[in-house]
Amino acid sequence: MKYVDEFRDGEVAKGLANAIAAEVRPDRRYNFMEFCGGHTHAISRYGVPDLLPASVRMIHGPGCPVCVLPIGRIDLAIKLALENGVILCTYADTVRVPASDGLSLMRAKARGGDIRMVYAVTDALKIARDNPDKEVVFFAIGFETTTPPTAVAIRIADSEGLKNFSVLCCHVLTPSAITNILESPEVRELGTVPLDGFIGPAHVSTIIGSRPYEFFAEEYRKPVVIAGFEPLDVMQAILMLVRQVNEGRAEVENEFTRAVTPDGNLKAQNLVSEVFELRRSFEWRGLGEVPYSALKIRERYAPYDAEARYQLEYRPVADNKACECGAILRGVKKPTDCKIFGNVCTPENPMGSCMVSSEGACAAHYTYGRHKDVERDVENADAT
Amino acid sequence: MCLAIPARVVELIDNDTAIVDLGGVRKDVSLALLEGVAVGDYVIVHVGYALTRLDPEEAEKTLALMAEAGLMEHALAEQSA
Ligand code: SF4
Repeated sequence: MKYVDEFRDGEVAKGLANAIAAEVRPDRRYNFMEFCGGHTHAISRYGVPDLLPASVRMIHGPGCPVCVLPIGRIDLAIKLALENGVILCTYADTVRVPASDGLSLMRAKARGGDIRMVYAVTDALKIARDNPDKEVVFFAIGFETTTPPTAVAIRIADSEGLKNFSVLCCHVLTPSAITNILESPEVRELGTVPLDGFIGPAHVSTIIGSRPYEFFAEEYRKPVVIAGFEPLDVMQAILMLVRQVNEGRAEVENEFTRAVTPDGNLKAQNLVSEVFELRRSFEWRGLGEVPYSALKIRERYAPYDAEARYQLEYRPVADNKACECGAILRGVKKPTDCKIFGNVCTPENPMGSCMVSSEGACAAHYTYGRHKDVERDVENADAT
Repeated sequence: MCLAIPARVVELIDNDTAIVDLGGVRKDVSLALLEGVAVGDYVIVHVGYALTRLDPEEAEKTLALMAEAGLMEHALAEQSA
C-alpha cells in the first residue's frame, strides 16, 4: 500500500540502525518514552528494540486509550446496559476490559445486556435511528483522534432531533497525561524512570498540531519528536532524539510532516470545543486522578450527555492486586515484571487492561516479544 | 484502535462523505473534519473519519532523509576503512 510499504523497508531500516549506532555516545544512555499505544505496537511488531544499540531504551507510555480507562468507567457502561436497558455501543477492544465483579462488557452481553461493537460512531447513530423505541448510548473513549468524530455525532443527533441517543463521554487529553508523567515522583525525585525525550503521537498530533508539545520542551527541557506509526518513522525519530540529546537541545521536531502541521486540524479543534469542555478532574488507570485531563459535554448539549441523563455517579474501583498495569502505564515497570504475565493473563483471557488491545504494552509484548525473553533466558542459562 | 491508515479518495459522494480505496477495498469515510478534499487526495482514515490530508511532497522528503541517514554512515565507514 502506498505510504505504508515504503515506510517499512528493511534496507532503509538497517541504514537508520547503523546511523543511530554511530551517533550514540559510548558514555551515556538514552531513555525515550513512546507516549502512544500505536507506537508501542509498531515497536514490538517490527522488533525495533533489536535494531537499537543497548544504550537506547524505549519506555512504553500511557497512550493506549483502552488501557487507561479505569474500572469505574466500565462499570458505568455495564450498569447502563444491564440496569437501564439501553443499547450500549462502543469501539471493539473496550468490551474485553475487565471490570468489577468479574464482569466485562462482553460478559455483561452474555448476561443479556444489548452491547454492540461499532467501527464508527456513525454506526451508533444509525442504530438509534433504527430503534426509535430504545435508548442508545455510545460509550466514547479515546484521545484527541476519536473526540472530533464524537463531536460530529452529537451535532448530527442534535440537528436531527435524535432524542434516544446519548454519549457516555470518556475522552481524554494527551498533553495532560504527558504533564502527569513529567511531574510524577518517579521522574522528578526518585529518578526511577529516567526520561531523555519523547516520541510524540502520530495521529493525535494531526488534530492538535505540534505546538502543544512546545511547553514540554521549554518547561521540562525534554526533546519531543513527533513520529508517524511506521517502523521507519520510529527509527528516524529515535535518530533525531539521539541528536538532540547529544547536542544538548530540547526542541519539538516533527518527523511526520506528511500529516502533522504546527496548528493541526483547526476545523476538528473548533468542533470539539463547541461540543465539549474541560472536566475538573478525571481518573486514569495507572495515573490516578489527573486535573483537567478529560472532556465533558457542554451544557448546551446536555440532553446527549448520558451521565446527566441517567444520573450516573462515578465510583473509583481498585485494580486487580496482581495486575501491574498501573506501574506499566507510568513507565515504572515492564510487562515481564508482572507475575501473571503470559500464564494467568493472556490476550484470550486478559486480567488487566494492558493485555486487551494490541496497543497495550502487555498484549504487544505477548504477541511479538515473548520469543526474545525465551532466547534471553537460554543465553543467560548458558552463561551460568 | 489508534491504528489509522492512509487511503486514496476515489469518489466524492457528497460534501461530507467519500469513498476511499484501502488496499483494493472500497470503504466510505466521513469528510466532516476536513475542507476541500478532492478525488486523488490521500487522507488518513481513523474510526470512519478522515483526520487529515497526507502531503505527498513531505512524504518524499521524509523518505529521502531516511535513505540519506543510512548512506551517510556508509560513506563514513568507507572513509575510515
Ligand atoms: S500481564 Fe495482565 S495482569 Fe499483568 S500487568 Fe499486564 S495486563 Fe495486568
